[in-house]
Amino acid sequence: MSLVDLATTPLRELNAALHQLPPDTNNTQWTIRNPRGQHAIAVGIDAPIAVEIEGHVGYYCAGMNQQASVTIRGNAGVGLAENMMSGEVRVTGDASQAAGATAQGGTLVIGGNASARCGISLKGADIIVQGNVGHMSAFMAQAGNLVVLGDAGEALGDSLYEACLYVRGEVASLGADCIEKAMTEAHRAKLAALLAKAGMNGAVDPGAFRRYGSARRLYHFKVDNVSAY
Amino acid sequence: MDKLPPRPVPATTPRKSATFDDYSLSEIRRAAATGLYDIRGGGAKRRVPHFDDLLFLGASISRYPLEGYREKCATNVTLGTRFAKKPIELAIPITIAGMSFGSLSAQAKEALGRGASALGTSTTTGDGGMTQEERGHSNLLVYQLLPSRYGMNPNDLRQADAIEVVVGQGAKPGGGGMLLGQKISARVAEMRTLPEGIDQRSACRHPDWTGPDDLEIKLHELRELTDWEKPIYVKVGASRPYYDTALSVKAGADVVVLDGMQGGTAATQEIFIEHVGIPLLAAIRPAVQALQDLGLHRKVQLVVSGGIRNGADVAKALALGADAVSIGTAALAALGDNDPALEEEYRALGTTAGAYDDWHEGRDPAGITTQDPGLAARLDPVAAGRRLANYLAVLTLEAQTIARACGKSHVLNLEPEDLVALTVEAAAMAQVPLAGTQWIPGKSGF
Repeated sequence: MSLVDLATTPLRELNAALHQLPPDTNNTQWTIRNPRGQHAIAVGIDAPIAVEIEGHVGYYCAGMNQQASVTIRGNAGVGLAENMMSGEVRVTGDASQAAGATAQGGTLVIGGNASARCGISLKGADIIVQGNVGHMSAFMAQAGNLVVLGDAGEALGDSLYEACLYVRGEVASLGADCIEKAMTEAHRAKLAALLAKAGMNGAVDPGAFRRYGSARRLYHFKVDNVSAY
Repeated sequence: MDKLPPRPVPATTPRKSATFDDYSLSEIRRAAATGLYDIRGGGAKRRVPHFDDLLFLGASISRYPLEGYREKCATNVTLGTRFAKKPIELAIPITIAGMSFGSLSAQAKEALGRGASALGTSTTTGDGGMTQEERGHSNLLVYQLLPSRYGMNPNDLRQADAIEVVVGQGAKPGGGGMLLGQKISARVAEMRTLPEGIDQRSACRHPDWTGPDDLEIKLHELRELTDWEKPIYVKVGASRPYYDTALSVKAGADVVVLDGMQGGTAATQEIFIEHVGIPLLAAIRPAVQALQDLGLHRKVQLVVSGGIRNGADVAKALALGADAVSIGTAALAALGDNDPALEEEYRALGTTAGAYDDWHEGRDPAGITTQDPGLAARLDPVAAGRRLANYLAVLTLEAQTIARACGKSHVLNLEPEDLVALTVEAAAMAQVPLAGTQWIPGKSGF
């Protein structure tokens, strides 16, 4: 196990050490103390390791993560796990704007609330938010799933492509081309699997969610849709 | 005395409006018929003040020229000397601008890589990620991080030689991209995580940062991710070059890429291309001024693009303070775009060689701006790469010819004092004297 104290170790040194890990490393347990809101902590990991960060982090924590499981015991700044490719990122508290932006794979679990633009341009990852999400969440989201146990802010799923959105609470408003869709047994099973992945197996009723997706009316430019562009 | 026969009333020569000219009227009719704006590729086509309005002052009594073909005039340039552990060493100060696989065929991307590598310079990816064709054939490859993040992959960031964070481009500062359904082939769709055949929109804003303070943190993330090895460029469309350059430097850029309104795009609204942004000629000096004010001219490198056609353009851009230029439209022409040899096929598309700009439709008979396998196969990447290499060599030779005539042993030694302007507008924009005078409008009295 490796213990890194960012009060005394430069961030650059920590990230470089994480990048140098070979794929078959035995050094799979990392604890990071005193993050003190620094930006870009644990970005670009590409190894099957577990990283626990004890405290709040700044922008882009675990950005572009591959394979690693990163847990933040605190709150996270802008762009948490942005463009994640695989692995898992968890934050016990709240996440700021653009959490999981453009993430292509893996799972992002947010214990508290997520601010605006959660899952913006999502490209395949699964995001599970136990609290609320802010406005313009899942804007232009292309693939993947956004699960919100609380409420969603205005313009949810604006200009959505093929990502799937599940919300248990209230939706302030839907964005352009985002509509409510029927929740079938298959969708409930898929949602149950997503909740289980987030550690909520059986604790949350998938039947309490509503599903939203793209109406696909803006997939081609048409003069009749000009007010939506 | 006989009377002269009555004279007919003289006919008035039909007069077309300079304001409502043929093009404007045709566009009104097209808009009335379709209800949609016109979309096309390329850059601004209207005449704007450009490098043609500048002239070099060759050496005379006060300056010694260098002997052509005898005395050395170096052309190498290093990009990324500010922070990057591994700056890019270019043999010539001419790079290939970002153009996506998707907008261009795989064969065209390969040809760009072959041509650039032959001359020791770099190519650049575009929206949609990196293909193996371009990585495999480009010795130096710059990876663009765009707002859409289509195909964004940290492995590609690591295997790139530099990273270019695209904030904007000259054809459409403030606008996002579009790739219409005809070009969203199965491979393009998969790379961009999109349904096949849809009209794809690329975002105009980055999804995870807003404003210059955030940009600084974003660049820091990219530095950390690549262990501070890669040069990081910031590309902006020319609109407020002084402030955009200063803010890019403040955010930590190694290189600023400045694209004038003549710079091309794969597809954008015609009205956007022609009416937003400023010409490259007007953009270079403010950007250089920002670098000089910060004490970082030649330390943060400036790459400029938008309308570079020949070695004189290259030399003029360098003389105004750029460290290198980038070419896109000219590179495509060197590959074979808009070749008069294909005139019959251009006519069948309702256009003519030299004017073809419906690149978004994917029907390019030259096989360059297409995803149609049959059309794309027309372009031989080896032969096209050779043509590009030849063209790059000529640009370099021409720039060297001018530099030697001005007494410079390196093309980067060219300076504004080597230039005069033919028009008041060009003198004001380039901040060089009107030819035959000492007058720089806005700078000195007359």
